[in-house]
Amino acid sequence: MKRIKTLNSATLKKSACKGGCGECQTSCQSACKTSCTVANQKCENEER
Amino acid sequence: MIHTFEMFDKYIALDVNSGCVHELDKLSYDVLNFLDIKGLDPEDDEALFKTVGEFRREYSSEDIAEVIEDLAELKRNDMLWAEDDFVYNDELKKNAPVKAMCLHISHDCNLRCKYCFADEGKYHTDCRELMSAETGKRAMDYLVRNSGSRRNLEVDFFGGEPLMNFEAVKEIVSYARELEKKHDKVFRFTITTNGILLNDDKLDFINREMGNIVLSIDGRKEVNDRVRFRADGTGSYDSIVPAFQKTAESRGQDNYYVRGTFTRYNLDFSKDVLHLADLGFKQISVEPVVCGEETDYSLREQDLPRIFDEYENLVREYVARKKEGRGFNFFHFMIDLDEGPCIIKRVSGCGCGCEYIAVAPNGDVYPCHQFVGSEEYKMGSIYDEGELDRDLRNKFAACNIYSKPDCRDCFAKFFCSGGCVANACLINGSINKPHKLSCEMMRKRVECSLYAKAALAE
Repeated sequence: MKRIKTLNSATLKKSACKGGCGECQTSCQSACKTSCTVANQKCENEER
Repeated sequence: MIHTFEMFDKYIALDVNSGCVHELDKLSYDVLNFLDIKGLDPEDDEALFKTVGEFRREYSSEDIAEVIEDLAELKRNDMLWAEDDFVYNDELKKNAPVKAMCLHISHDCNLRCKYCFADEGKYHTDCRELMSAETGKRAMDYLVRNSGSRRNLEVDFFGGEPLMNFEAVKEIVSYARELEKKHDKVFRFTITTNGILLNDDKLDFINREMGNIVLSIDGRKEVNDRVRFRADGTGSYDSIVPAFQKTAESRGQDNYYVRGTFTRYNLDFSKDVLHLADLGFKQISVEPVVCGEETDYSLREQDLPRIFDEYENLVREYVARKKEGRGFNFFHFMIDLDEGPCIIKRVSGCGCGCEYIAVAPNGDVYPCHQFVGSEEYKMGSIYDEGELDRDLRNKFAACNIYSKPDCRDCFAKFFCSGGCVANACLINGSINKPHKLSCEMMRKRVECSLYAKAALAE
């Protein structure tokens, strides 16, 4: 595609299959800790 | 659901439900917006006919046809107009083990920061209080006992100022290390400090034992000292900057954050972020103050255009410095588009009140640090034999982006997970009604983050 550049693959839906293991870091979203965007948390699921 | 926006020289589209991000040229951006607004399917002949009619003066029909074919292909591959067919089961959360604990090791502080949500350490109680090492150890037992099969456990030493009770911190860490071996767990410790009492001995211990350290500083000296000062009114900047610089270097410029708060006093906060970067810090987080509108430093709706401009100024410089090889990380611009958390995590958010709890110095348990001291939200005690307040736990377990009407149509929902429920409660009296101002700023930060991704992918 010469006019559209896609930056990433569509992984969000697929992540439901092996997701939810809960081993990832807690993501506090208040303003008093290293917080807010859940989307920068690393997935720590060893079986995905 | 598609969100499109322009920033500087970029045209960007986020396909909300697939998480796909596309950078477009002006023609494909215009066509995508036209189809989306009109509800036209790129695979229908009608789409081509109507789009050519709309843009016949600007673009050739061949170019439009080519773009529509590309958009149709992305749609077929679930990378545009993907459906939100995820079904979230909040029963998972209701019975989830506890994996993270905020340990209020000190309800006392040696600073009197103007905006402190913790009431300068007292947490809206009548007394300043330190947690005993014994209570801390029982909290570690409680965490292990309630963590089920979760291996990675997090404990954050929080305050007030945790370094005012550092001997207890050391004892608790040592005890937890013994529990690790016995129960096959991994404790990850973090500590948040204002830096006043930070010295070499404490730093050695922290570097040995703590996975992360949060260093509180607001930026330029005049900005920091106006709101972060001692009981005698003297500012903290001069004594903490050298200590923080040493800390950052001693940790190899990683696994720490300098963390600031911006208020209405410094709406030009991009200068504070860049000031921290100029001091040599590579891991930076500066966040908006959250409080009611009754103070002269609280942010208001009318400040948003200025705040948005500041985020844009910041992301432009952020990208430029990265490209020049002298970049830094700004916490709110860091989004992992490929290896980020699963959708279950994104829907359910921080897990406070279920997977994450806060423990007050006397052992009382609250959904998170922000609720500590609020009788209404007391869930029990680590000394109780029984389980935590089931009604409260269920209430927090059921809180997710699908339970919040304001989140349903928001393009940022899978990035912010519904925002901070404590802030929602503070401002709107309900954990299911997000703080509007915070939402507006979050959306802007997500756009800036996606712009940065596109700009740095060149």
